[in-house]
Amino acid sequence: MTLSEEELAEELADGTLTRPPSRARMVAGRFFRSTQGLIGFAVLALMFLLAFVGPLFSPWTYTDKDFTAFMQPPSARHWFGTLQTGSDVFAVTLRGMQKSLVVGLLAALVSTALAAVVGAFAGYFLGWTDRVLSWVTDLLLVLPAFLILAILSPLFGSGQWPLFVVMLALFLWMVTSKIVRGMAISVKEREFVQAARYMGVPPVRIIFRHVIPNLSSLLIVDATLNVSSAILTETSLSYFGFGIQPPDVSFGTLIADGSLTAVYAPWTFWFVAGLLVVTVLAVNLVGDALRDAFDPSSGKA
Amino acid sequence: MDEPVLEVTDLTVSFGDVRAVRGVSYAVRPGEVLGIVGESGSGKSVTSAAVMGLLPPGARVTGSVRLRGKELIGAPERALNSFRGKSLSMVFQDPLSALTPVYRVGDQIAEAVRVHQRVGKETALVKAIELLELVGIPRPAERALAFPHEFSGGMRQRVVIAMAIANDPDVIICDEPTTALDVTIQAQILEVLKRAQAKTGAAIIMITHDLGVVAGFADRVLVMYAGRPVEVGGVDDIYYRSRMPYTAGLLGSVPRVDRRGRQPLTPIEGNPPSPAALPPGCPFAPRCPMHVSACDEEEPPLFEVGPEHRAACIRWQEVHPRGPGRHAAPSDGPRLRARGERSVLEVHQLVKDYPLLKGAVFKRRIGTVHAVARVSFDLRQGETLGLVGESGSGKTTALTQILELAAPQEGRIVVLGHDTARLSRAERTEIRRDMQVVFQDPLASLDPRMTVHDILAEPLRTHGRPDSGRRVRELLALVGLDPAHAARYPQDFSGGQRQRIAIARALALEPRLLVLDEPVSALDVSIQAGVINLLDSLKARLGLSYLFVAHDLAVVRYIADRVAVMYLGRIAEIGHVDAVYDHPAHPYTQALLSAIPLPDPERERSRERILLEGDLPSPANPPTGCRFRTRCPKFRTELTGEERELCVGVEPEVRPVGEDQGAACHYADRRGVG
Amino acid sequence: MAGFLARRLLNYAVLVVVAASLAYLVAATALDPRSNYADRTPKPPPAVVDAQLTVLNLNDKTPLLQRYAVWAGGVLRGDFGKTVAGAPVNDDIKRRMGVTFRLVILGLVCGSLLGVLVGALAAVRQYGWFDRLSTGLSFLVLAVPVVVLANMLILAGAWANQHVFGRQVLLVSGEYSAGVEGLGSQVVDRLQHLVLPTISLSVGLIAVFSRYQRNMMLDVLGADFVRTARAKGLSRRRALTRHALRTAMIPVVTYFAFTFGALLTGATFTEKIFGWHGLGEQLINSIFSNDVNTVAAISLLAAVSVLCAALAADLLHAALDPRVRA
Repeated sequence: MTLSEEELAEELADGTLTRPPSRARMVAGRFFRSTQGLIGFAVLALMFLLAFVGPLFSPWTYTDKDFTAFMQPPSARHWFGTLQTGSDVFAVTLRGMQKSLVVGLLAALVSTALAAVVGAFAGYFLGWTDRVLSWVTDLLLVLPAFLILAILSPLFGSGQWPLFVVMLALFLWMVTSKIVRGMAISVKEREFVQAARYMGVPPVRIIFRHVIPNLSSLLIVDATLNVSSAILTETSLSYFGFGIQPPDVSFGTLIADGSLTAVYAPWTFWFVAGLLVVTVLAVNLVGDALRDAFDPSSGKA
Repeated sequence: MDEPVLEVTDLTVSFGDVRAVRGVSYAVRPGEVLGIVGESGSGKSVTSAAVMGLLPPGARVTGSVRLRGKELIGAPERALNSFRGKSLSMVFQDPLSALTPVYRVGDQIAEAVRVHQRVGKETALVKAIELLELVGIPRPAERALAFPHEFSGGMRQRVVIAMAIANDPDVIICDEPTTALDVTIQAQILEVLKRAQAKTGAAIIMITHDLGVVAGFADRVLVMYAGRPVEVGGVDDIYYRSRMPYTAGLLGSVPRVDRRGRQPLTPIEGNPPSPAALPPGCPFAPRCPMHVSACDEEEPPLFEVGPEHRAACIRWQEVHPRGPGRHAAPSDGPRLRARGERSVLEVHQLVKDYPLLKGAVFKRRIGTVHAVARVSFDLRQGETLGLVGESGSGKTTALTQILELAAPQEGRIVVLGHDTARLSRAERTEIRRDMQVVFQDPLASLDPRMTVHDILAEPLRTHGRPDSGRRVRELLALVGLDPAHAARYPQDFSGGQRQRIAIARALALEPRLLVLDEPVSALDVSIQAGVINLLDSLKARLGLSYLFVAHDLAVVRYIADRVAVMYLGRIAEIGHVDAVYDHPAHPYTQALLSAIPLPDPERERSRERILLEGDLPSPANPPTGCRFRTRCPKFRTELTGEERELCVGVEPEVRPVGEDQGAACHYADRRGVG
Repeated sequence: MAGFLARRLLNYAVLVVVAASLAYLVAATALDPRSNYADRTPKPPPAVVDAQLTVLNLNDKTPLLQRYAVWAGGVLRGDFGKTVAGAPVNDDIKRRMGVTFRLVILGLVCGSLLGVLVGALAAVRQYGWFDRLSTGLSFLVLAVPVVVLANMLILAGAWANQHVFGRQVLLVSGEYSAGVEGLGSQVVDRLQHLVLPTISLSVGLIAVFSRYQRNMMLDVLGADFVRTARAKGLSRRRALTRHALRTAMIPVVTYFAFTFGALLTGATFTEKIFGWHGLGEQLINSIFSNDVNTVAAISLLAAVSVLCAALAADLLHAALDPRVRA
């Protein structure tokens, strides 16, 4: 039943080196073949570029105040115009965008990771583990997230935005976790998990090696869509002054200020609102295209 | 002869660039049954969907379909609607999803009536109840008010048939109508179809992959391969005088329940071609044992090889299939040999109940399912025990109990000398190494996100055996795969190859006991034979013991030394395969064996079937005494009232009825079945 | 069945108690009602402030657990305490519930009905122009946060009043104008106030419901039972409406119940921006005014409505789907 040494050496020499296209590459291929995905990705990349490279080209920083120009419409000097305080709208907007993008991305990552772990453990072990984890999930669903975040907002001031990210994530993961739990239950019934179990692979290893990787398409898509909901939640909270605290700015604080002056100074509102909508739209397009790329049989071909 | 009622000429169907059906022609006359046989991907189901005009948008159809002389291809949608369900109706494969879940069964049949007949709601419902009675649903008036999910698979298929014959159609197309059903239920459904045909005088087109079903049911047979008919003819011509190597190969690869002895099956090499990448010339050439270079030049047309018999092979004159007498292969006497000494698995009085829950939203316990009720068997070193039974028999539950290696609810399980109720952690790990499992669906049992190398290396890593690269190569070679394919993913392989990977994984740790859960039932016939042969040879070479769970009795007869037949959580009969198959003693075994259709038209015609009535009783509420008595033909027809009392009152235990044969029947009686 | 329901309700009760208590404790710890008195002129003496706060059960010098006990005792008797201004929270909440209900119900009905219609049509003609258009629009809508949408609507309304109608037709603030006489004019006045907030609520719902219905419908369109219906001889349209739509509606209807529960306190932004004095608006106001008792009451209400919605969703599901009912 053993092959001779020579045969083995031969096989080692060829064959294995030519790997067939991996799944990741296949998904990437499908993703970039869809116009929707391409547009979303390109726009998103552009937004990132704008947020992080754009400020280098602006003569103004977000803290600068031009005391010769209050509430001025866009001009060569101030590309997006100025605010009542004399701040340059372009510089301030990009700064807000940086914050919103970073907060959105991190919150989405944290919440998806949390959802994956909690959901997978609850679904795989069932019984008491499930009861406890599901109860906590339900409790957080029932607690009005907005309220808690708003009450705790004073804590987020003075550079404490990472805490804000964590809190934001803490109220974003529950629905995903419930979906993950349901899918983990069905993945657990799948024969390859049973096979691993009967082989003697320890449960925690099965969860991280078989269960979660097999939910990766859901998780990746969900993480993407969570980016947009995190950005939107951040915006809403900051709009009412419960999120990012001054002197820091974000989309939300800018929109709150801008909406007050929008009627007679449209540039203070529309640039920010437009960029926010375009960013979220791009994220959603990427998420949707990813979903299709992972599962060609779902909804759209 | 009558005029053909349905005439299909040169039908082609393509999806984009892929030509799924490439020129199918046939005609059926009133009252005739045409069998269309082919493996998955042969285009047989697409053909029928095209005839019905129910292909998904995006399919291009050419050719002609004439129903009583009226052309259907290109006909306006309104005209098609008036044909569908009236002159041309269809029975689908999966009865579980073929009925709308939110409407009552009676209403759904009544709807079919009212689409084509101007009758009131009441009249239609009365007609629906009549139809339900015709297809053999007990208490039809009451059952008409039930929802589809309250019906078993077999009962739902009867409902679908009732719907199909609601308007006295001219042609009924049956697309794998019994594939999803158990064998005794299959026999019932085929009987219902015959009755429906007698009632309506319709022609039936029977599409199936099962050569046995067609042999007893069809008048003429059309064999499809790669989207084209490759042989057409009367049923005897096809089975006894096939002129196409593919047909002959298919027939040779089917294990037969009526044949003892262990000649290796002859699998067809390779895999069916993908319709997107057909080989040049004859599409079967790459797998054909009679392949010559001329085969690759052009696709052969259908040659006239006999009266009403045509085959698409340029060497048809040289194809010499086995004759009809071959099934009576010389028996080399019973293969009884002494059973091994060492027992690898002992199951003693095993019991497993689980709660019967109802409702998806409001879950509540409404009873207890007695899935396994005091089952005992043992498996010796080097032996294969086949565990057979229909769905609900408890064979899977019994298997899971063994694989869990936990203390059973009641009874005792001893695996490789260790009682599972008293296992230390280390012992359990050790047994996990020595007992491995192969599941039914190879695609589901291999993690799609891991390469074959990782899959095969996982058991090695888990049990602390490093240096897996070489072992993986060995394993792949052992199961007949190219070791260079270790870097691929399971989805890059065909079904049979995947099952070989699953077998290789099970062998990685050099186990002593292999548990095989329906290992070949997801595979096409021609592929199945290869996997069976592999299992057989591995057993001999590696000295393995198999616990082989299956619903297909033919496969079990082929591979097993001993067989245990389960019914409703109990063992009905157990013993040496030849003894049990040749002279079954339990009425259930007798019925089960007689329900299996044989790929042999002559024997099918001369056989007398023992038909079981009704469905399996609920395991939550099994009959008192003998669990089989509610469906037992013996109980119903042969026993006297006094004798029956014993069946009603006392649950029979397995008692020896011969040398290595035991049956759980008070009135066991060894007899041969046709 | 009854036992199951009882266990479920008990579980819900525990969830509500824990959620409300948590909300109270967080609010009582983090909010500072004392600061409300700091900017008053003349500044009241500390003793007076203490006395006032004690009466309202808001004095941070009383131990937290003692305050909690007082509050919880009141809640058990159905009394949510007093607002920072000294009025009973119960009255305020009751009035505001009515306001929110009147605002939400129209938006929800419009949004879900239109959404289901759009989704079903889009699915039936998958990849048709309507499908593409509706998909594109819902993506756009889903990318616009309500705060932006509401502000855009206000701007658009102001523009339309000025340039299209020439007078104040679309009113952007409050539920009704004071001093309108006569039933007819009152109704018209209320409708004028309702247009923009309803649009702002329903646009998002249309987008969500249409996506959801479209996906459900696409799942069902390929189902075997639709093929069976066609094989019976039903026309495509009849098979789709009678068999596909009916089945695909089930999950959407349960989703409807869920949305309703969430909206009762979730229409925060619409209420706040359009100046409707509903629960959502109060949620924000109460945080600004350090109104611990109101915050806790609204949290409790939110928890109850979410759980009621979940229960209603399940009951509806069971009513519509015989498989679940069984």
